[in-house]
Amino acid sequence: MITTLATFLYNIIFNNIPLLYGTVGEIVTEKSGSLNLGVEGTMAIGAVFGYIIGCWTNSLLLGVLAAFVFGSLCGALFAFLTVTLQANQNVTGLTITTFGVGFYFFVGNGLGSDWPVFFESEAVVKAFEPIHIPFLSDIPFIGKGLFSHNILVYLGIAIAVLMWWYLKYTKVGLKLRAIGENPAAADSVGINITLYKYLNNMLGSGIMGIGGYYMGLKLSGSFEGTCWINGYGWISVALVIFANWNTAKAILGTLVFGFFNALQVSKGALAYTFPNVLGWLADIPIQLFQALPFIITAIVLIASSVKKNSKSGEPAAKGLNYFREDR
Amino acid sequence: MAAANYAIELRNIRKTFGSVVANDNINLNVKQGEILALLGENGSGKTTLMNMLSGIYKPDSGEILIDGKPCVINSPEDSKRFGIGMVHQHFKLVDVFSAADNILMGDNNGGFLLKKDRFKRITDVAERFGFEIDSKKLVKNMSVSEKQTLEIVKVLYYGAKVIILDEPTAVLTVQEIRKLFDVLRKMKEQGHSIIIITHKLNEVMEISDRVAILRKGVYIDTVETASATEQSLTEMMMGRKVDINIERPVMEKTAPLLEIRDLTVKGDEGSVAVDKLSFYIRGGEILGVAGIAGSGQKELCEAIAGLRKIESGMINYKGENLVGLPPKEIIQKGIAMSFVPEDRLGMGLAPSLSITDNVILKKYSEGASPFVDRKKGRELAEKVIEELEVVTPSTETPVRLLSGGNVQKVLLGREIKAEPNVIVTAYPVRGLDINSSYAIYDILNREKLKGTGILFVGEDLDVMLALCDKIMVICAGKLMGVVFSEKTTKEQLGLMMTGSLDISDKNGKIAGIAKDSNITEDCLREE
Repeated sequence: MITTLATFLYNIIFNNIPLLYGTVGEIVTEKSGSLNLGVEGTMAIGAVFGYIIGCWTNSLLLGVLAAFVFGSLCGALFAFLTVTLQANQNVTGLTITTFGVGFYFFVGNGLGSDWPVFFESEAVVKAFEPIHIPFLSDIPFIGKGLFSHNILVYLGIAIAVLMWWYLKYTKVGLKLRAIGENPAAADSVGINITLYKYLNNMLGSGIMGIGGYYMGLKLSGSFEGTCWINGYGWISVALVIFANWNTAKAILGTLVFGFFNALQVSKGALAYTFPNVLGWLADIPIQLFQALPFIITAIVLIASSVKKNSKSGEPAAKGLNYFREDR
Repeated sequence: MAAANYAIELRNIRKTFGSVVANDNINLNVKQGEILALLGENGSGKTTLMNMLSGIYKPDSGEILIDGKPCVINSPEDSKRFGIGMVHQHFKLVDVFSAADNILMGDNNGGFLLKKDRFKRITDVAERFGFEIDSKKLVKNMSVSEKQTLEIVKVLYYGAKVIILDEPTAVLTVQEIRKLFDVLRKMKEQGHSIIIITHKLNEVMEISDRVAILRKGVYIDTVETASATEQSLTEMMMGRKVDINIERPVMEKTAPLLEIRDLTVKGDEGSVAVDKLSFYIRGGEILGVAGIAGSGQKELCEAIAGLRKIESGMINYKGENLVGLPPKEIIQKGIAMSFVPEDRLGMGLAPSLSITDNVILKKYSEGASPFVDRKKGRELAEKVIEELEVVTPSTETPVRLLSGGNVQKVLLGREIKAEPNVIVTAYPVRGLDINSSYAIYDILNREKLKGTGILFVGEDLDVMLALCDKIMVICAGKLMGVVFSEKTTKEQLGLMMTGSLDISDKNGKIAGIAKDSNITEDCLREE
């Protein structure tokens, strides 16, 4: 019984950390006023390069770096198109998604199937194994589920907290938020809007890229079937709203979405272990659980649109390009 | 060296936007420790010129000298470094930031982190300059005057020696203007140079040392204020003699046409925007609505036109309740609403459609045919163009290509062509030059003589005092009183606008309720 619960908890976190990377990356991007709908594509690009370079070099660290770098190149492309060339942000984001996912399939299937196998890259497999945090992971019931994860889980949470601090307590964060709220005001006090928009688009997209790499590792790197990202990028865009543009709250949002996601995996075990209370779970078709995260995404979007909140963290100038001489 | 006396000197500045020449051959200078008024009609290029000093635009040709040395200002950052600070007409502040953060967001000194003592520091800095600000207060909770003070502190914080204020008095009450002028005089004594952009002549006379005049983007002259008169300045500004009086024909009183009783309407944010407001309009009268920007004017107009949900209260038109009727029926009953928002194109007209299409927007559904009768529309458009002297190449010109004054004439013309009994018009002369403004006043007066009741929501108290028969003052959506234009003063209106003076319930005589009201006890009971 304890094992079932612990596994369920473990799955909530293990399977859904990419959402946290995607959401945090998108918040960092949106706070600078850029609405980048290319999360799905950016994660796909991060996944492809992270995975292949990680396996070739047999190093998780280099994989993560590659995922970050190629993710941030997507961010740089987005910034070039929307900041320098003033292209429409929605269309540009969708283009990056289409491009990224297409690139994934091109590499995975189009360039043959001679890709390195995850299990042969021993150092990567080893580095991706759970790290037991002393004492905490020994706590009964929750210890193993919460405090016994691979390094990228801890890194994701660390990044979320770090970004929260960066946005709230640093001067660069203040400038960044000013650009996202009112670029004309930021410009009038001499903030270099182009520079900060590029930097933060690249930072945010880089974080998304790591999330994509995680998907590849989690799925053990088979290019067959659907794209590894499989809609997680889109859920991340919705989670930004759920988290109210607060990267620390994104951790909570990830857990809530992760809960429903994990039901998919654990429902059989849960029904078997608690036949009286949760037995009904077994009768619900798996397809419903697969659809659940997207249904919840839709509900979150509707609920947040209906409820007008004056304390909303939504950047006022999100999605709008800034051109100084605009009249 | 004589040139060094000038804090700023502009030589032969030229700036074009596409084929439009915004500034041409401008020669302007400001001495240290003086207040220079930059006078010109709207569209004469004042703001464009100043935006070249603040780094928003770059001049096509010409020279800018600061303290006698030629300088190139490429960005607002450069401008800041040269000691130029601009307080824009539309404040450049971040609503969700505190006062301190709005100032500090451009500061690159003092480490990587935001320190907790920044609030105290900014309060101290402000005090040193002689201002009192609450550095923790969020901008969105500030009054207009507080925001302006914050903007001034901001430019001073960055060490501005030359301070440019773009129409600083447009949104202030009389009392606040006086306070602002005291501040400006004090800054002048401290050796700051101040450029104040305005088109209000009385303010120019009061505050400035010298006046520079622009007309249609061209520099005319700079004169000593002491040797000028309002009349001489107007002539320089317009290039010819003009009569600066507004007519106010007197009409006989008729029964109340539109009566508003205890109207409560919520704003976009969900807070009460119009609070138990009562007033009435008679036929053949212009009732002015005065109030600080955002006191519920927009919500009131929208409620009357049926565009906004009414929480409680009554809108009574000739004894008939309009609450809950769709906008189309309200239009058919003869109530026209024209609202000119700050961006001037946002409401009422479709910018990319032609004059004809815009004129028939309200009437397209008339007649049985499923097709739009554009022939009739064109005739109507021609009539509007002819009667209101709209300057346009043709009836098929998209309205966004017309100048501001002509756009507003089309908007008002369409409403008048519907032959309404009540006209609600908000800011009809917003951003217009003197000529166009007078054309609009004439149109309104003509309608008034036909017996139409007009609700005139305005900004400029001088205009309202001259044009309106009565003025009703609202403050935060509440009625402060209704006064006759002949019997009141700007000072009194100013006090009422800030809520310091409430004469809505004087000796038991409640303002805003007509003696010969159409609203009977029975109607009220039904409510």
